[in-house]
Amino acid sequence: MNDRTLNHLGLALVGIVGVAFLVLTPRLAELDVVLELTIYMIMAILALSLALIWGYGGILCFGQSAFFGLGAYTYAIAMFNIGESTIPLLLAVALPAVFAALLGYFMFYGRISDVYLGVITLTVTLILFNSVNSTAGPEFRIGAARLGGFNGIPGIPPLNIPGNKAWVVDLEGMFYLATGALLATYFGLRWLLASRFGRIIVGIRENERRAELLGYDPRAYKLATFTIGGALAGFAGCLFANWGAFVSPTIFGLAQSAQIIIWVIVGGRGTLIGPIVGCVGIQWLTTALGANQPSGSNWWTKLLANAPFIFGIILIAFVLLVPKGLVPTLGDWGQALLRIRTRRPAGGLKPKQAEEA
Amino acid sequence: MDLVILLAIQVLYAIASLALISVGLAIIFGMMRVINLAHGEFLMLGGYAAIVATSYGVSIWISMLVVAPVVVGIIGIIVERTIIRFLYGRMIDTMLATWGLSLFLVGLTTAIFGNTTVGISAPLGSFQIGAYRTSGYTLFVIAVAVVVMFGIFVVLRGTRLGLIARGTMQNANMAAALGVNPPRVYAVTFGIGAALSGLAGAVLAPVSGVFPTIGVAYVAKSFITVIGGGAAILSGTVSASTLFGTINQLATFATTPVFGEVALLAAAIVLIRLLPQGITGRFFRRGL
Repeated sequence: MNDRTLNHLGLALVGIVGVAFLVLTPRLAELDVVLELTIYMIMAILALSLALIWGYGGILCFGQSAFFGLGAYTYAIAMFNIGESTIPLLLAVALPAVFAALLGYFMFYGRISDVYLGVITLTVTLILFNSVNSTAGPEFRIGAARLGGFNGIPGIPPLNIPGNKAWVVDLEGMFYLATGALLATYFGLRWLLASRFGRIIVGIRENERRAELLGYDPRAYKLATFTIGGALAGFAGCLFANWGAFVSPTIFGLAQSAQIIIWVIVGGRGTLIGPIVGCVGIQWLTTALGANQPSGSNWWTKLLANAPFIFGIILIAFVLLVPKGLVPTLGDWGQALLRIRTRRPAGGLKPKQAEEA
Repeated sequence: MDLVILLAIQVLYAIASLALISVGLAIIFGMMRVINLAHGEFLMLGGYAAIVATSYGVSIWISMLVVAPVVVGIIGIIVERTIIRFLYGRMIDTMLATWGLSLFLVGLTTAIFGNTTVGISAPLGSFQIGAYRTSGYTLFVIAVAVVVMFGIFVVLRGTRLGLIARGTMQNANMAAALGVNPPRVYAVTFGIGAALSGLAGAVLAPVSGVFPTIGVAYVAKSFITVIGGGAAILSGTVSASTLFGTINQLATFATTPVFGEVALLAAAIVLIRLLPQGITGRFFRRGL
């Protein structure tokens, strides 16, 4: 099973599972399950945004939650001021994209290296968190929207059909929208990565100096990748604000940033399906842990219901033991299995040829 | 005039506390090139160690200045042996693994100590400057910072241990050929960095209180101080703390503590853009 068949298999699988999921779930599942699945889909879009930036662009962004939060806050603030969701939705994508572009220009054209990039994006997230967190007073308002500081903004109006304010998207509609958006994002990114642009950014990830010597400007390509990732994260943030009708500064927090990175690490850098799998798996785990709230004061049960504790172990274990992530590792195993089988004389193919086939 | 003295003390305090919380990280990052994102949790553990020891009747000075560094130093060595040593030379991976460690420690301490803030009252009362009163503990923190910086200078410059540590970090193979055991040097260095973090966390515990997620408040500040400072451990930490501490305290004085912090972070981002190698990448290059 070489990369290309793996890719096609993945593509078909995602399509089939996605459509089946989209059609069947609301018919079969209870409403709370649909609500739960919707948030998985939204978070998976967020995971894909980092999968692009980090997995393919090689830019370790510790502040993906900054764009996510900006998208959510932009949507909320614009919604209170405008009341019709078309422009707020566009703003919630555009503003994080512009912010990412400015930050990216600052970093990439300053030739700031990987590690410092991580620290800067982390710091930006903290600045946003601190600033928004301290806007609790009534004087902090943008138009008709009160920022609310650490209390967040409750009662955000939902999306509506463009041009018709009365026709709002309900819970089930939100599920269709989020799942559709996830599928569109997935296939859109597949297309983008298969294009010339995608090949160039992977080339830059592999060897920046060589790509530059071949005449590509890595700064511009990295900036474009970063901006697209920011826009996607902002879009996910907009859907998130819709989902709960609520945003608070914790959306910018370190815990949120950490989660996104864990999704990508667990699922696998350099794949798109991996981060989705990682995201849904970890989100499900979070819910499961949260549901098992300890009844007694036994500290062992407290520990097992403690999300950071479990995430910490997962993150350390993956970095040390499965650094490539689940999906690529499984792919490697599949390949190894295939190689063992083709090495048998009955097939007539030499292993070398089998690899090239 | 009194206000100027008061402000000067506060600026000095801001510089001292930045230097204290950063220096353990500076040793681990500057010498070993390991990005320790669990640094904030080392500080937090130092605070808890001091508070628990005090609650068992140990004198507050001993629990702050002896128990906390020893406990966190031991934890540091355990961490180096179980996680970090597999990841040398893979900077991004050390960053991710230590982030995992940080989450792990936050979860663990939450389960053990609960989610509430615990504190110990600061010793040393307060004193008068003209019309203002300020805490004597402030001066103690400044003194501790000065002693720690001077101590590091003496150890690195004047002792065999410092020489071996610097030599090993520059060229581990050469040091090994000369009979040094690099893995042990790495473990000890990491332990010393952790111990200094534990000390800082304990010394600052009476000021800020201690709770499981306090590390988050420390980690970004100490990181940008170390990165703003650049490669040289001592001169980097001192110069960056001076710059950022002053900015932080003046902005706090002019507006609110939150925006003081925001000003600090923003200044750091601009500094990294202007001096990607940090302050000591351009100035004080020959410093320690």
